Amino acid sequence: MKHSATTTGAAAGSLKSYLTGFILSVILTTLAFGAVMSEALSHGATVVTIFTAAVLQILVHLHYFLHLNSSSEARWNVLAMVFTVLIMALFVGGSIWIMHNLNIRMM
Amino acid sequence: MTPAQTSTHADTAEVFEEHGTAGHQSFGFWLYLMSDLVLFSAIFATFVVLSKAYAGGPTGAELFDLSFVFIETMLLLLSSATCGLALLAMHAGKTSRVLQWLALTFVFGLGFIAMELHEFQLLIAEGHGPGRSAYLSAFFTLVGTHGLHVASGLVWMAVMMYQIKTTGLSVMVQARLMRLSMFWHFLDIVWVAVFTVVYLMGVL
Repeated sequence: MKHSATTTGAAAGSLKSYLTGFILSVILTTLAFGAVMSEALSHGATVVTIFTAAVLQILVHLHYFLHLNSSSEARWNVLAMVFTVLIMALFVGGSIWIMHNLNIRMM
Repeated sequence: MTPAQTSTHADTAEVFEEHGTAGHQSFGFWLYLMSDLVLFSAIFATFVVLSKAYAGGPTGAELFDLSFVFIETMLLLLSSATCGLALLAMHAGKTSRVLQWLALTFVFGLGFIAMELHEFQLLIAEGHGPGRSAYLSAFFTLVGTHGLHVASGLVWMAVMMYQIKTTGLSVMVQARLMRLSMFWHFLDIVWVAVFTVVYLMGVL
């Protein structure tokens, strides 16, 4: 218990967690670049593939490198991040929505 | 965590107090990272809105070499992994091992920055600088802001290596290394979004 304060955000991982995170990241990065460079998939399928790979890789980094989990020690970190993601969604999503709309009306 | 961490500080009362402070500090640092994320989201929003504003200039597909960006990405990923290994060595109390892993992290990070600067230099030399189009302004702002963060991380890392050499792995130095590793992993996460949105979508 006494170590709980230091584990927030960047707890001591294990060699296994860093290696797993690294290997998964390499696979996901190669998958995303491969999908675009090989031009094997249709445009829509490629977009879905690279964004799925990106979201998965971000989750891999958060879990294996930053050791964020649902434990009570990391709870406030996760809560702060959820709020930030909400702000980001409003920011990016809102900008794209409004500017896209404006673009269409100006045509 | 590990018994090695506590055994290096015999005075338990002091350890309790220091750990409490370190915990608050790393949570505070986490909040800073989250606010940095909001900064990046503003730049990302700008980039996406301007991603077709070529003004008759070159498009992403004409400018980017994906295999070059792939190597850049691998360098940053490697540096993230070695940074984690440095933290593991820190918890095991192995000072020289920490320095070795940090030095390797520094080299990978420096390689990433060198490649990015090379890319910027080539673009500007070919007349595709930030003044060419709104698209390129947004590109240089987004990728440059990330690069500036990585460069600051490198300066921080150099300072930490100096501190480890002079004061050893004190409680204070350990807490700072922990925050540095959070910063470094965070930058890798931002880069995942950068290569997906800027480079992969740009070429597609």
